Amino acid sequence: MENLGTFLSVLSEGLPETLTATIGGIALTIVLSLVAGLALLSPSKTVRVISRIYVEGLRGTSEVVQLFWIFFVLPVLVGFQIVPIWAGVLVLGLNHGAYGAEIVRGAVQSVPRAQYEGAIALGLSPAQRMRRVILPQAVVEMLPPFNNLFIQLLKSTAILSFVSVNEITRQAQQVLVPRFNPQAFEIFMLLLVIYLVLSLIITAVMRFLERVAAARVGRRPSAEARRQAAGAGVA
Amino acid sequence: MIVFDGVEKRFGDHVVLKELSFSVAPGEHVTLIGPSGSGKTTILRLLMTLEKVDAGTISVGGRYLSHIERGGTLVPADEKHSREVRKKIGMVFQQFNLFPNMTVRGNLIEAPTRVLGLSKDEANVRAQDLLDLVGLGEKIDAHPTQLSGGQQQRVAIARALAMRPDVLLLDEVTSALDPELVAGVLKLLRDIGESTDITILCVTHEMGFARDFSDRVMMFDGGRVIEDAPPGKLFTDPDHQRTRDFLQAVLNH
Repeated sequence: MENLGTFLSVLSEGLPETLTATIGGIALTIVLSLVAGLALLSPSKTVRVISRIYVEGLRGTSEVVQLFWIFFVLPVLVGFQIVPIWAGVLVLGLNHGAYGAEIVRGAVQSVPRAQYEGAIALGLSPAQRMRRVILPQAVVEMLPPFNNLFIQLLKSTAILSFVSVNEITRQAQQVLVPRFNPQAFEIFMLLLVIYLVLSLIITAVMRFLERVAAARVGRRPSAEARRQAAGAGVA
Repeated sequence: MIVFDGVEKRFGDHVVLKELSFSVAPGEHVTLIGPSGSGKTTILRLLMTLEKVDAGTISVGGRYLSHIERGGTLVPADEKHSREVRKKIGMVFQQFNLFPNMTVRGNLIEAPTRVLGLSKDEANVRAQDLLDLVGLGEKIDAHPTQLSGGQQQRVAIARALAMRPDVLLLDEVTSALDPELVAGVLKLLRDIGESTDITILCVTHEMGFARDFSDRVMMFDGGRVIEDAPPGKLFTDPDHQRTRDFLQAVLNH
């Protein structure tokens, strides 16, 4: 492909911003998912209501508008402009944390009642029950949906191009396409491939964590792993 | 050791236990028998504070389970109080309820270190001794899922004993086991019953075990104790027709 080297080099200049937004967003998502997800299960109604408002409020409104709000409206209200990339991390984390909260809630609720009762019978405190018994088992259930969520988050980093963060989508659209307009097809194709590669990396990491977590709770390897092992035995 | 006084328990409109009063002496082994739904398991769950009474009081070792006395009247106790009382009570469940995210060792040392404040070394020694007692000394670093049902239940018994409880509750501990594994678990419980002075309350369908393990057998029906007698009397010459019918049904199945 003509100009491939140029395309790759210009796009890769956007990679640090895309990766920062992705990794920062994932880190904030994990924290908010756990806090809000456990708050949804709190015995206190006030705590549950606050968490519910957060989840519905962020899940039910446009991510792009939230980003505009933080970037354009907040400075008017509080008097300072948040650095665009951190505005992005904040919006991505808040948003995906709202989805993640429901994943955490569902996974915690999927741990059998008997496990709580076993922990109560041993005199463990509510915090010890959650941290030592319930969460380690719930994590196994959380990982596959979190894999989805993190890939969504990666793709959402493209919205940062709206607030002039020079991430890969903005590099393609603002730098490459105006200069190499006839090759727009190749440029955007390349951009898609980069997102695909990044999402495959996320999946690989999450699959690894899934295997570790499943082994820790004594689950057999996945059906796929068993098939592979059987295949190897035959060969 | 255990006193039920006017205990009532409802689930919705369904009354499970009605004005139930009985007491159990320290070191006594009491077996609860009766048809399913008669409230036997509910009694164990109330003692373990997995359920709350709707009326009446339960005390263990002279302390109310879920009430505290304040200004001469009884008020519901908080979680912290329940936790204090729970330290004295252990329970073994039908489905073992071992924690799959821990090894056998982890299951045995978790509560002694975190609830009783034992050091890791002390808890490990205690875990090894108890596993030797239940015949699984070499399985200390195994994973619960690698063990058979009978082995898992032995670990669960060891886990409950690791807390050195004054009261041990056994809730149909052999019901989920394959028939060939039942005898071993029951023998272990007999040994524990003979070698310790723990007060034991047991719900079981194993009438042979109930007969030679218990000091007393209580027959439940419809949320009430209809007969309370030493096993020699209850199994051979029960006073009530209902008891006779029940025994006939379970012994001839």
